[in-house]
Amino acid sequence: MAEPAVYAAFFILAAVTLGGAIAVVTARNILHSALFLALVFVSVAGLYVLLEAPFLAAVQILIYVGAIIVLILFALMLTRRITGERVRQTNAQALPAALAALALLAVLGGLVATFAWRVSTESPPPNTVPLLGEALMRTYMLPFEVAGVVLLVALVGAIILAKER
Amino acid sequence: MIPLYWYLLLAVALFCIGVYGVLSRRNAVGILMGIELMLNAVNINFLAFSRYITPALLTGQIVAIFVITIAAAEAAVGLAIVIAIYRSRSTVNADEIDLMKW
Amino acid sequence: MLDAIRNLWSLIYNLFPNLAQALAAFLRGTGLPGWGVDLLMALLSALVVVISVLLGMLGMTLMERKVMGRMQNRLGPNRVGPLGLLQPIADAIKFLIKEDIVPTNADRWVHTLAPIVAAIPAVLVYAVIPFGKGMAAADLNIGVLYILAVSSITTIGIVMAGWASNNKYSLLGGMRAAAQIISYEVPLVLSMLVAVMLAGSLSLGKIVEAQGGLLGILGWNVFRVPFGTLAFLTYMICAVAELNRTPFDLPEGESEIVTGYITEYSGLKWGLFYLGEYFNAIAVSAIATTLFLGGWQGPILPPYVWFLGKVLVIVFILIWLRSTLPRFRVDQLMGFAWKVVLPIALVNIFVTGAAITLWQAFVK
Repeated sequence: MAEPAVYAAFFILAAVTLGGAIAVVTARNILHSALFLALVFVSVAGLYVLLEAPFLAAVQILIYVGAIIVLILFALMLTRRITGERVRQTNAQALPAALAALALLAVLGGLVATFAWRVSTESPPPNTVPLLGEALMRTYMLPFEVAGVVLLVALVGAIILAKER
Repeated sequence: MIPLYWYLLLAVALFCIGVYGVLSRRNAVGILMGIELMLNAVNINFLAFSRYITPALLTGQIVAIFVITIAAAEAAVGLAIVIAIYRSRSTVNADEIDLMKW
Repeated sequence: MLDAIRNLWSLIYNLFPNLAQALAAFLRGTGLPGWGVDLLMALLSALVVVISVLLGMLGMTLMERKVMGRMQNRLGPNRVGPLGLLQPIADAIKFLIKEDIVPTNADRWVHTLAPIVAAIPAVLVYAVIPFGKGMAAADLNIGVLYILAVSSITTIGIVMAGWASNNKYSLLGGMRAAAQIISYEVPLVLSMLVAVMLAGSLSLGKIVEAQGGLLGILGWNVFRVPFGTLAFLTYMICAVAELNRTPFDLPEGESEIVTGYITEYSGLKWGLFYLGEYFNAIAVSAIATTLFLGGWQGPILPPYVWFLGKVLVIVFILIWLRSTLPRFRVDQLMGFAWKVVLPIALVNIFVTGAAITLWQAFVK
């Protein structure tokens, strides 16, 4: 991969991700917030491609953008009136929350940037799909089955919780 | 090659924006969106470590797949709860459905 | 003499890959850096794919109107140009010059973005489809998953359109369309998985190559009874539902819900929804031919001719279904998805997996 293209891609994707995330938490119209969240998910999928995990990128778009955003949009549409409301979206503790987030950013960011990570110089496998499949079916068989049960329980629970009496 | 700590800083920044969203939003669905941002930051972290520290093992990618799965399950249940609350109280603002004393 | 004919035939057979290689060699000769040549070739192949998709889509609009007309015992459009061949151009001019109306109190940005988000993912699908031998614009090794991921983005565009029009018919139509699409996505994925299992790879190029077999025809997945045929049938049912075409077109049936989520759109935005549907229809046909009908495999004729022929056959079947079958009601439609198509697709996957395991155990 050519060096300048990789750096350019990283900067563009990072800018879209962080800009979109700030728009998600500060937009006054909650529907715009959900659409900016979709944008964040798509640019995070781009970052996954940059990190040589194409399978994860496709799964991210399929599940997050294709299903979770639709779920969020349905929930938003079922819980408000049709004309756009201009209510205040931030609660009383917005300023302490911002300070706490900035403090967390300072502590974690400082830790991460100054630690001497043991970066390896191996190159990642070119085709991750068969390796992921084997790992899921052999080494990680138990978490895989448990995840299936969790999804079943969530499905039944969500239907029961959202049903009309 | 892009240095590892750039990806980690990006993930940390996304995580902190998610924290701000969870702590400061009134709409319950807005809080859930902040949680999704935090989960995505964690996924970026896992994948960056998997790519840079042990590229041959795909452990980070497997964990990220499970995180995405659990995030989907949690979003479904959370939004079902939000819809149920809306039905009984006609509002989803977190400070109006607060029954606690303080 | 025979050699000259053989050379000419191999030139025609491999026409497009040879053109691409000649162009790449020429670009490298002009002294651009390596990554520049790659970037330019990628952009050019994307441009060629988009232009051919646009032409195919314009042709399909005309084909649909004329074929539907004939099936309804009347001629289709035949005034504009000889035999009505310039009708798509007249349609395009109509979209461009109509007034663009945005309802008051509608969300301007979302109203404008919705047709884009609904139509563009259909074009993105064409990047991975092999149009001939060695003719996929980008043969990703997660091809099938890429197609599924990208085509799931259209749901958001439809919900955005329904919401942003500030109209209760639009909202209802948008939610019904979204519910229909996500219900039929599950059996769609399961039926595509059968083709993946039979080929052992998610890459579309490898799936087509695995359908080689005898004479180039008998190896097609649709002839691998019963898994392939059943998977092809469930795929076509789910694909027609995903496209919101008759018999599953309740969300945009004009006599039912005043065109549903497209009601408040006019001019170029409506044109984009309309064209997006046709992009999607041809994309679905191309995917069906790649996964089940053997892609570009076939004896004698060049691969891209086979591919085009098969896509035309599936497009004709889609138009045939539209002009013949009545519309499903929305509860019949959802019941059909969850109670009939999904169990069939699941059983199909179990049987295919069992058969592949047994085959490998006994033959190896």
